[in-house]
Amino acid sequence: MTKIKVNGTTHEVKDVPGDTPLLWVLRDSLGLTGTKYGCGVSECGACTVHLDGKAVQACVTALSEIGDSEVTTIEGLSTDGNHPVQKAWKQHNVPQCGYCQVGQMMMAAAMLKDIKAPTDQQIETEMWNICRCGTYPRIREAIKTAAKEMSR
Amino acid sequence: MSNISECVSPSAGNQFSRRGFLASLSAGSLVLMGRVANGTVLTSAVAATVDSFEPDFFVSISPDGLVTLLAHRSEMGTGIRTALPRIVADELEADWERVVIRQAPGDKRLGDQNTDGSNSVRFFFKRMRIAGATARTMLERAAAKNWGVSAAECYADNHQIKHKGSDRVAGFGDLVETATTLEIPKEEELKLKSRDQWRYIGKDAQITDLEDMVTGKAIYGIDARMDNQLFAVIARPPVVGGTVKSFDATAARKIPGVMEVVEIPRFQGAPLFQPLGGVAVCATSTWAAWKGRDALKIEWDLGDNQHYDTESFAKELAETAKKPGQVLRAEGDAAAVIASSKRVIKADYSVPHLSHAPMETPCAVADVTTDAAGKVTACHVLAATQNPQAAQEAVGAAMGMAPADVLVNVTLLGSGFGRKSKPDYCVEAAMLSRQLKRPVHVTWTREDDIQHDYFHAISAIHCEAALDEKGMPTAWLQRAVYPTIGSTFSLDASSPATWEAEMGLTDLPYHVPNLSLEVGTAKSHVRIGWLRSVCHIQQNFSVGSFADELAHAAGRDPLEYLLALLGDDRHIDLKAAKLGNRGASPEEFPYDIGRLKNVLKRAAGLADWSRASKLPKGRGLGIACCRSFLGYTGHVVEVEVAKDGTVHIPKVWVSLDAGTIVSPDRVVAQVEGAAIMGTTQTRYGKITFKNGQAQQTNYDSYQVAKMSDSPREIIVDVVPSTAPPAGVGETGVPSFAPAFCNAIFAATGKRIRNLPLADHDLSWA
Repeated sequence: MTKIKVNGTTHEVKDVPGDTPLLWVLRDSLGLTGTKYGCGVSECGACTVHLDGKAVQACVTALSEIGDSEVTTIEGLSTDGNHPVQKAWKQHNVPQCGYCQVGQMMMAAAMLKDIKAPTDQQIETEMWNICRCGTYPRIREAIKTAAKEMSR
Repeated sequence: MSNISECVSPSAGNQFSRRGFLASLSAGSLVLMGRVANGTVLTSAVAATVDSFEPDFFVSISPDGLVTLLAHRSEMGTGIRTALPRIVADELEADWERVVIRQAPGDKRLGDQNTDGSNSVRFFFKRMRIAGATARTMLERAAAKNWGVSAAECYADNHQIKHKGSDRVAGFGDLVETATTLEIPKEEELKLKSRDQWRYIGKDAQITDLEDMVTGKAIYGIDARMDNQLFAVIARPPVVGGTVKSFDATAARKIPGVMEVVEIPRFQGAPLFQPLGGVAVCATSTWAAWKGRDALKIEWDLGDNQHYDTESFAKELAETAKKPGQVLRAEGDAAAVIASSKRVIKADYSVPHLSHAPMETPCAVADVTTDAAGKVTACHVLAATQNPQAAQEAVGAAMGMAPADVLVNVTLLGSGFGRKSKPDYCVEAAMLSRQLKRPVHVTWTREDDIQHDYFHAISAIHCEAALDEKGMPTAWLQRAVYPTIGSTFSLDASSPATWEAEMGLTDLPYHVPNLSLEVGTAKSHVRIGWLRSVCHIQQNFSVGSFADELAHAAGRDPLEYLLALLGDDRHIDLKAAKLGNRGASPEEFPYDIGRLKNVLKRAAGLADWSRASKLPKGRGLGIACCRSFLGYTGHVVEVEVAKDGTVHIPKVWVSLDAGTIVSPDRVVAQVEGAAIMGTTQTRYGKITFKNGQAQQTNYDSYQVAKMSDSPREIIVDVVPSTAPPAGVGETGVPSFAPAFCNAIFAATGKRIRNLPLADHDLSWA
């Protein structure tokens, strides 16, 4: 049995080997399906969650690596869907299919903790997540909107 | 507007039954049987209790006034799950805040559900309006009856019926009881709203799934769950047509969580939508199944396609393209004019195989029940599918059931691009569930997805033009060679179909007196499928690039030359050119060169094309245009090519004329996305095969555009139009690649004839 703290709640995970990626623990053991599978090799960022506030890819983070660290998923990013990043995503109508957007928002939310007013160049460097629908121009604008709200 | 999402709830399979959907409506609802399918006439469709209804209704109104609208096309990012119900709500005069949307299961009676081919609004614009107008008319008549006045004096206004001669008002819900007693009006009795009366059509609304999408509550195929389900990951033959010779699952069964290991039979004959076959590992979690699959020891019989090698195949295609082919459209005598011309330009283009690589891999869960004799008695599939009716047919064929008896519910799709029109993964889930007698969820890994796709065809295209003294072509010969999509459905098919050729080849818009538009034969060794914009990908790449080559050969400005090449404003004679026009009538959807020139000029105007000739080396503007899926697109792409060959795309301008627009912001989003999909195809798109096996495995080896290498800014101009709605989703793709490559030529003098760019050294001094 492994203890894991997700979105402020400690869960006991039974019969899950320590090498299991956090992604599948979240999705299949805890039923937190907001975090998405995209590639399994940390190429696309769809599974991005926060580990002690920092963005990590859950598909390459083993359960055994987590220890006492706090995991935050989209389900815990805000209680009401009103994190500035979520609000900005809605304001700019960013999602098309929506599938990668959870990872995009988790990546953006982590970035904005460190970089308060990111430049275009910084956004492009930090936001390496893949979106096959092609929402990148709106993601860029939404991040700028969220940054403004967060710096108020 | 609220959104009832239990139709895509992850929690309980039984909520997806037809009964479940109906029973959740309150008794006494006014339910209109769907006069949705073309030509279907409404019969006695109204009754007092919901129990007596089948789910093929489209509009329902409950006594509390809640309007429920059925979305029967799949949501994969276009916003269609919002757009079509908005059309109904508009004609109904419903208050959008009091509308809920439910996702329909696959059901032939609803009409076409294949969310593909940029058809949704075109096919259903009028029918949605009729559905809304029918309900509105009945409510008006119900009010008239209750008040003892003429129906002509009653009118709908934002969820109420009002009386012209008095201040009498009734809410929609108050009229349900009376409305259920009325005859359904005939279509000719309906009065549709005029454009100036439209409340929602042409105006933006937040998509119905937006809140769920940004909070992680949205349910996709990978999230679909049924009680007691197992998770399956499948080892498929590395070569199409291969089979399992033998396998050893000893190690796989030792992986904690692995419950069952099951062989899946391969398709017989043509691939169709039946499984590739292989060995499935079923476990209590996706990861356990995945690890179990990795532990399998399988000996394959690789079959007839094991020598497929795209390096040599591409050469064969190029050779075929240089020899006379099957002429699909001819005018004058192109060969004779070319043979006798002093100035002939020739060019050969190629595009590799491409994989769809939708963000969400193919995923489905199925629950199959059987009787004591093993005969299937019920089958329920819940899947991310673009085409639930195709899933009913394919699963039905595998289960020995009539398609109508297979219940297919549709989740949200983590994009599709055509991949999820092909329900082989639904059949896999059903086969496993039948064998294990419990629900089974199949997840394709990214490697499965990229290696076992229904691939976009590899192609070679040969172009020749004879030029007059002004550099204009007097003859144009173009020959396209690629394995046909038909090969997925018939083993004999070895030549592009006319509808494939019509995507950019035989629908050549240029005014040239002598034409020969031809195709050549090519055998397929993999499953060939359709990918967003389909054969336009290779055909418009060549058509748009070759026009630019001719402009430069003539020493003329590419925009001015292209406009001259398009010729006078006119309608192309579709019949004479033997063009099918996607089944649309020439009267409603003429091939209008004036509209094509218009989008070209608008895009050029926005981009300030006049500066094209003044840009320094390393910077360039490229231009191209295209009619596709009955819509018109003009693209201008600006590039910056660094001396080391690195390419940036600071800005793209697109003008789109797709006729009447229902959801302006979603149309803009589709066109933005199309430019980025075009960026991926042009920069990186390449699947190669060696020994019959795809050489790329994941997003590392099959690269796609990220934010940093996509256009930094995309300016979308949507032409105001009252023409019937045409395609959008695919329409924005085809002219991007040639405009992009023409811009690279303008910047560097390097002509790209073989995609992708990643294969080329673009450095300059």
